[in-house]
Amino acid sequence: MPVRVQTEDFDVARELAVLRAGDPAIGAVAAFIGTVRDVNDSAQVATMTLEHYPGMTEKALAAIVDAAKSRWNIVDALVVHRVGALKPADQIVLVGVTSAHRGEAFAACEFIIDYLKTRAPLWKKEETGEGTRWVEARATDDDAAARWQSRE
Amino acid sequence: MRDAAADTLNLVYLARLREAFGMASERIQPPAGIDTVAALRAWLAARGGTWAAELAPGRAVRIAVNHDVAEPDTPVRAGDEVALFPPVTGG
Repeated sequence: MPVRVQTEDFDVARELAVLRAGDPAIGAVAAFIGTVRDVNDSAQVATMTLEHYPGMTEKALAAIVDAAKSRWNIVDALVVHRVGALKPADQIVLVGVTSAHRGEAFAACEFIIDYLKTRAPLWKKEETGEGTRWVEARATDDDAAARWQSRE
Repeated sequence: MRDAAADTLNLVYLARLREAFGMASERIQPPAGIDTVAALRAWLAARGGTWAAELAPGRAVRIAVNHDVAEPDTPVRAGDEVALFPPVTGG
């Protein structure tokens, strides 16, 4: 399964081992792991709850992986995204990419997380000392995703 | 007998919009002339109150039709699932 949405935690080493298992054509594995920070917009975060749109999320993530595969000469890619209640320091998301050489793996990995942050239907809600709040989308994330369009 | 689901629009509200509207989904009979995403948004906003506030022109609302991101002129037909949600914040 190239994309998964799940409540349970993931083991990065095991996920990457499965991704590259038995393929000696792979010479590079790049990974990004997103984790929960304890402070956001100057408020202490006690719990972060992630909600998604079942059905569309998997479809959107698969489309992003397909776009990466058509754009770079990579062997395979994996996205695992958690939903539900998370605590500071918990893992949120894993993007793994395999390729023959590092350049493609690095670029495709960054592309996938940049697109995920602006296109996959997932939302973060924070519990802080001042109550709960939905995290606002950041213009800097839109800028990060837009960089890839200007390079086409 | 026609399938009831095929005659209705299934509307899905997510994240902040689900809380603001007080419901996760509803089925509606698409009114005459409501055949695009933009028309549907305006029709829902005309309910007033929270609907008008959240769906006002200029508010950032994303809309998906059958799990694909839609544009204002994307067609909406009976049997479709139309989701309304705020800009995404995953990752």
